[in-house]
Amino acid sequence: MGAKDRADVWQGTLALMVLKTIEAMGSLHGYGIARRIEQTSGDVLELNYGTLYPALLKLEQEGAIAAEWGVSENNRKAKFYSLTRAGRKQLAREAKNWEQTTAILARFLAPDEAV
Amino acid sequence: MRWVRVLLRRVAGIVPSGRRELEMRAEIESHLVMHIDDNVRAGMDAREARRQAILKLGGVEMTKQAYREQSTLPFLETLMQDLRFAARQLRRSPGFAVTAVAMLALGMAASVAIFAFVDAALIQPLPYRQPTQLVDVTETIAMMGRANLSYMDYVDWKRDNKVFSSFAAYTGTGALLPTDKGSEVVTGMRVTDGFFRTLGVVPVVGRDFYAGEDQPGAAKSVILSYPAWQRRYAGSRDVIGKTVELSGVPMTIVGVLPESFQFIRRNNAEFWEVLQQSKGCEDRRSCHNLIGVARVKDGVTVAAAQAEMETIADRLEGQYPDSNRGQKASVIPLSEAFIGDMRPILLTLLGGAGLLLLIACVNVSSLLLVRSESRRREIAVRGALGASRGRLSRQFITEALLLVGAGSVIGLVAALGAMKLLLHLLSKDMLVRMPYLNGLGANLHVMLFAGGVALMAAVVFSVTPMLRLAGVNVREGLAEGSRGSAGVLWRRLGSHLVVVELAIAVVLLVGAGLLAKSFYKLLNVEMGFVPDHLATISVAMPDLQYADGVKQTALMKRVVDEVSAQPGVKAAGTTSVLPLSGNGNTDWIRFVGRPYDGKHIEVNEREVSPGFFAALGTRLLRGRHFNDADDVSKPKVVMVNEAFAKKYYPGEDPIGKVFGGTGLDPKTLRTIVGVVEDVREASLDTETWATEYEPFAQSPDSYFSLVVRTSQDETGMMPSIVAAIHRIDPALGTADEATMGARINDSETAYLHRSSAWLVGGFAVLALVLSVVGLYGVIAYSVSQRTREIGVRMALGAQRGSVYGLILREAGWLAGWGIVAGLGCAVGAAMLMRSLLFGTAAWDVGTLGSVATVLGVSAMVASYLPARRAAMVNPVEALRAE
Repeated sequence: MGAKDRADVWQGTLALMVLKTIEAMGSLHGYGIARRIEQTSGDVLELNYGTLYPALLKLEQEGAIAAEWGVSENNRKAKFYSLTRAGRKQLAREAKNWEQTTAILARFLAPDEAV
Repeated sequence: MRWVRVLLRRVAGIVPSGRRELEMRAEIESHLVMHIDDNVRAGMDAREARRQAILKLGGVEMTKQAYREQSTLPFLETLMQDLRFAARQLRRSPGFAVTAVAMLALGMAASVAIFAFVDAALIQPLPYRQPTQLVDVTETIAMMGRANLSYMDYVDWKRDNKVFSSFAAYTGTGALLPTDKGSEVVTGMRVTDGFFRTLGVVPVVGRDFYAGEDQPGAAKSVILSYPAWQRRYAGSRDVIGKTVELSGVPMTIVGVLPESFQFIRRNNAEFWEVLQQSKGCEDRRSCHNLIGVARVKDGVTVAAAQAEMETIADRLEGQYPDSNRGQKASVIPLSEAFIGDMRPILLTLLGGAGLLLLIACVNVSSLLLVRSESRRREIAVRGALGASRGRLSRQFITEALLLVGAGSVIGLVAALGAMKLLLHLLSKDMLVRMPYLNGLGANLHVMLFAGGVALMAAVVFSVTPMLRLAGVNVREGLAEGSRGSAGVLWRRLGSHLVVVELAIAVVLLVGAGLLAKSFYKLLNVEMGFVPDHLATISVAMPDLQYADGVKQTALMKRVVDEVSAQPGVKAAGTTSVLPLSGNGNTDWIRFVGRPYDGKHIEVNEREVSPGFFAALGTRLLRGRHFNDADDVSKPKVVMVNEAFAKKYYPGEDPIGKVFGGTGLDPKTLRTIVGVVEDVREASLDTETWATEYEPFAQSPDSYFSLVVRTSQDETGMMPSIVAAIHRIDPALGTADEATMGARINDSETAYLHRSSAWLVGGFAVLALVLSVVGLYGVIAYSVSQRTREIGVRMALGAQRGSVYGLILREAGWLAGWGIVAGLGCAVGAAMLMRSLLFGTAAWDVGTLGSVATVLGVSAMVASYLPARRAAMVNPVEALRAE
């Protein structure tokens, strides 16, 4: 595994990725979320799956997501997470923040072309 | 707000929940299963698939731990662990836990309960608007300091000063109120029109007096107290505008005071009438019957007000030398005037309670020291297993918090109980005089004080075992039976703590002893009369029916005769002012045939009936008693007390000497016919001034107090005496029925001395017990530490007697130091509270000696038990033991 090319998940962004993933995929279990995040990143992200669970718990404590036990596509018992209304708002807000931040940073980092 | 939600859920997560743990495991297991499924599908064998899945997860236990930490607050979680551990530790040594908590609760209860009283009396502001601006304004005279204010001086002071935004005056009064059951004597107050505005009190019903209502000629109006409104008028609003007849004078009710209104000087006054200049006293500048209350202007200090009033008083002195010679002014904060006399006793009690708390804390601290000694190995083991110093300290702090928490809660509950009990012990009359005690309870100040005490205790109890921690060396602590620096620390610090305890106990015991002795002296003070079997009652005549002196004298004689004729009554007499009422009601006199420099010669003045001294049981020293022949038709006669004779006729026979008023007006000249011993006119602890007694018939009044000497129980006689008076004339008012014994016992002086003696005595006994227990603990511990040494000594031939000596000498040193230090401090403390002592010196040798003996003997008894155990040591076993 070429670990050096892969980025560790930057702490604050994990929650945003989780929320976005659940929004895109609908109700999903932890394993599925982890896999989906890796896939979406084009396997650039090196995600320690274990770190996902405290993040999910925190989002649940915040009321952004709700959890429910269900059965997976392969007939395994799993805990499924879905977005709440508060979660949707939080996602919209944080996504916007993120876009602004990256836009600003982009302007800083690409001065040559900007002139 | 999201973080609040998270915090709440994490706090809730502290409660251990098996379900949450199971669910977490299931979720992680399900994650692994799904991952393994995928891996197998990708071609791995089962073992490799599982290994890769766990690897990718980052470790099952690590994940679980991270999850757990998110689900609760790790800090609180360890705190809970510590608490559970501490509770377990304390349960394992219940003796220690119970003793420590009990001592702490005791100290807490005593200090918090006393503080509540201090707070109510001294810290809570007076219940008026901006009370710090209010001042008490009076005249002063050299003889008694602060004295009353005369009406005419008040008017000049009020007009001329530039320091007060308002200035009112008041005086207590009594009146006869016609009721269905005949005349009733009611208490009242006469106040100038600005009185309530000065205080910032607004009537709840009706109106305040308007400006100018106290001028002569204005209609007389009266404001009711709330209780009077409720009791006499059933709280009806129609009462406004109604007329009430007070001593035959019709007055219009214009308002009702708020329920919360209180005025310490006469809190039970029912009728607050407007003060209009009266005939008699108030049109004479020399007659002082008022007290002033004023509000200083913004930015004016009490000192500035004092200076201004002094200037005015000096000017009046120059202007009216006859009446104002020596009359100065005094301005002090109203709170000082109202409760200043309570300060020494309350602070003494608070000091006593504080010392008790200190002993309790010292005792618990030394218990903790001993305990940490025996936990050396536990601490060393925990240190060896990797507990950081901080973690170990936190354990001690948690244990301290647990102890202090339990002690504080119990102590606080006990304190509330103690407050109730102390309030219960106060008589109704006392409560009327201390209206501020109505608010007594667990208010913010009291809770803050309790919190402060608890915090201090928690700090002390956390630090004490940590001192030990500093000396712990892991290797040394683990070594079996080692003697490290710790033993030295204990002997340096722990044993010295007991010296402090003993010293404090000495201070409290000496304080209690001195107060008890003062109280005893007070009750046995020379009264100048026989106080038992003596009933007293005040009688008031309606002014209209008994307008002239002849009628008043006739009635007085009739009352004395009728009451004397009652079965069980031996004698009766009357006076204008009952004994023990206080010095005052004075007269200015001038002696015939002596030079006079215009300086006022001020003496107490009382008008008495011929049989008064016989009824009181007061001895006649010279001359004769008054008799019925001393009436208005005869030249004036006078009797004087011994203090008078000694002061003004030293080495002379006063009988036959003549004195009169300051102008020596022939009408005022009177001849001394008798000298009686000093009747205690003032309070129990105040010397009686020179006093003159005039015959009632030559100076009659519509009011007198009756003293009745009975042959049977005086309390039981009261109704028949009252009935006899009402049989003469139902319009007569009677009030203040009380036995002389009760007047003495319930007097403020007796009450204050008694309660302080009992309370400090209680503290002292507790302190004695605590300190002796502390000494016992120290010696017992020392013996247990020295078992081996004693064994060696005995093996080498030491006799049991010398072992006794060894232990008792150690105890003797500690006790000796404690007692000597304590005696020194006690004399100092007694000097601070000498205003509470009566007839007893701060260095009273008897008290100091008894305390030293009591404590010395107790200390020796307490150390005898461990000494005996030491002497019983079997040398063989002691040497084998380690």
